[in-house]
Amino acid sequence: MSEQTPFFEIRNLHASTEDKPILKGVDLTIQPGETHALMGPNGSGKSTLSNVIMGHPAYEVTAGEILFRGQNILELEPDERARLGLFLAFQYPVAIPGITVAKFLKSAADARFGQGAVKPSDFIKRMRENLAFLEMSEQFLNRFLNDGFSGGEKKRMEILQMLTLKPSLAVMDETDSGLDIDALRIVSKGVNRLVGPEFGLLVITHYERILNYIKPDHLHVLIDGRIAMSGGPELVKEVEKNGYDWIRERFGKEVLV
Amino acid sequence: MNQTETTHKLETDSKLVREYQYGFVTDVDTDELPKGLNEDIIRAISQKKNEPVWMTEWRLKSFRRWQTMREPRWAKVTYPEIDYQDIRYYSAPKSASSGAAQADPELLKTFERLGIPLYERDRLAGVAVDAVFDSVSVATTHREMLAEKGIIFCSMSEAIQEHPELVRKYLGSVVPPSDNFFAALNSAVFSDGSFCYIPKGVRCPVELSTYFRINARDTGQFERTLIVAEEDAYVSYIEGCTAPMRDTNQLHAAVVELVALDRAQIKYSTVQNWYAGDEKGHGGIYNFVTKRGHCRGAHSKISWTQVEVGAAITWKYPSVILEGDHSVGEFYSVAFTNNRMQADTGTKMIHIGAHTKSTIISKGISAGESANSYRGLVQILPSAQHARNHTCCDSMLIGDKCSANTYPVIEAETSTAITEHEATTSKISEEQLFYVQSRGIDEESATSLIVNGFCKDVFKELPLEFSVEAIKLLELKLEHSVG
Ligand SMILES: Nc1ncnc2c1ncn2[C@@H]1O[C@H](COP(=O)(O)OP(=O)(O)OP(=O)(O)O)[C@@H](O)[C@H]1O
Ligand SMILES: [Mg+2]
Repeated sequence: MSEQTPFFEIRNLHASTEDKPILKGVDLTIQPGETHALMGPNGSGKSTLSNVIMGHPAYEVTAGEILFRGQNILELEPDERARLGLFLAFQYPVAIPGITVAKFLKSAADARFGQGAVKPSDFIKRMRENLAFLEMSEQFLNRFLNDGFSGGEKKRMEILQMLTLKPSLAVMDETDSGLDIDALRIVSKGVNRLVGPEFGLLVITHYERILNYIKPDHLHVLIDGRIAMSGGPELVKEVEKNGYDWIRERFGKEVLV
Repeated sequence: MNQTETTHKLETDSKLVREYQYGFVTDVDTDELPKGLNEDIIRAISQKKNEPVWMTEWRLKSFRRWQTMREPRWAKVTYPEIDYQDIRYYSAPKSASSGAAQADPELLKTFERLGIPLYERDRLAGVAVDAVFDSVSVATTHREMLAEKGIIFCSMSEAIQEHPELVRKYLGSVVPPSDNFFAALNSAVFSDGSFCYIPKGVRCPVELSTYFRINARDTGQFERTLIVAEEDAYVSYIEGCTAPMRDTNQLHAAVVELVALDRAQIKYSTVQNWYAGDEKGHGGIYNFVTKRGHCRGAHSKISWTQVEVGAAITWKYPSVILEGDHSVGEFYSVAFTNNRMQADTGTKMIHIGAHTKSTIISKGISAGESANSYRGLVQILPSAQHARNHTCCDSMLIGDKCSANTYPVIEAETSTAITEHEATTSKISEEQLFYVQSRGIDEESATSLIVNGFCKDVFKELPLEFSVEAIKLLELKLEHSVG
């Protein structure tokens, strides 16, 4: 990919809901093969950013653009974005009662790769492998999606979907929150299976610990709807130790300049 | 679990005319009576069917009763005054001698187009079919095999001729002519329908099925179905229906009676796909139906499963009278309304026997500018010691111009009864839609998937192949119901 057309680029993104501005000019570029971490205080707009990337209808983009392989995706429906290879692992996955995990995964895979692209027998085989890889019971295939799942099970289910759909750019919104230490390791193992030169990743988190498993190349700090600071992986420790106030202060000064 | 949320772009696209693939008309010579209703017409209907005197008298008595009754207006539906003198009460294709195996090829072709093959060579395996075209039954399949087991499955007209003792014994014993306005009308003018009789100890080896087709213009369809399952008998019965697309309304006022003796089980499944009218509400079938089952014997069981996706107006409350001790009544319903459709449907469970049990699961889905109401009555009489009822009625709204209402009434007159009631009304959840769409599934398919999941508890009660059909049909109906 040439310098001129980045793989994934967010430019001056402003978004609001019910006329309340939440994102106030976000810039972020991810190249293939890169993993970016995004941290920031509660309510700073991290989930809103994820939702806007995926096209949630509750948010209105008032300025800016999001380019994926040079194409502005803001006019696209969520499903069109997904079929281009975007994926969001939700902070709070919703339940779809009455639809089994197997049926859902098959419908999603058919939508992404084309009806009949995967033979049903191969599909089942692959599902089983993925489940085993994530140390999940096969019984999940016959359960209704996220219905009555524990918090940790829902997070694993997100990663199972991610492995099934093989996105080229994924956003993980606090996938680590609420996971026990073993689950965190397993989930990270799943994500790392996708990490490679063709894959871009944005990991949203509050804690350093997931970043010990999924190594970021860059860290961004989102405060009040803006990227207040960007840096290398070493910044993680500083945030973990000192919180966000010092960044707020420095960011405030920069704004004043 | 109230998921009513701020609404964003989820609006129904009523501009797109949903295709109704069964809307064609068959060109056949018909034998008709003039429009209008009086004693002469009733005598003429009876005469055309060559009925015995007792049957003619029964009709006349019903007619006289009907004249004293008033059309019910308590349902949450609105429609202009029906002119009962402007309806034709009898219309039959000339070629059809009722129930004859050598039916007109034109008619056989019609049913084939509807997916109901009646030719000997491609009959549906595992399903015996009675096909009713306007006022008469045109063919009943698999009769010899059923006869060997002592099962009677034929048209009602034929049953009156061949099995008068059974018909006299049971006709009107569950839904008496005086029951309600439409039941009285039906009793006076009913033309055809199916009769099923499963003798003691026999499990009917195939699904029995009746397919109703309205073809003629300005004709009402008044079918009458009677199913009797003797001690320890079992039968699964399926009913399907379609009508041509016309811009005038047509009346369909059926009566269905089920009788289950000791330990007998009757499973009655309906997929109702009458023409529903166009997006402005012109035309369509008025579906005013009385369906009731009577669990007369101990440990008997009657289950109603209905998938209602058609008709301009539906007024229908399949009910069960639980008289035998330990008898079980079930009602599983999916009612989908779109455009200007109106549905007021539900059930009645009347508990009389001790330890009787009923289950009600109702799923209403409204789209467009439609109105969808659940109306249910669970009545537990003092004799029904230890009776139990579980009711769950959920409504889902697609778009914000439609409405859903639930009117559940529970009257328990014994302290030993246990009743549970759950009800939810929710807008189809934006979060669910977004979630499903974010996996690459387009909005229409996502809606369909979510609605399917919502109806799961009902679909799983249908006979397997029928359930696949019902799911496909609902998907088709949901197409274009999201914008
Ligand atoms: N649909 C919505 N309607 C109203 N307010 C919203 C909506 N979505 C987000 N907000 C508001 O926008 C702000 C940012 O929320 P967001 O969920 O993006 O924060 P976050 O950074 O993900 O926080 P957390 O770390 O707690 O997950 C919050 O004040 C939130 O209440
Ligand atoms: Mg968040």
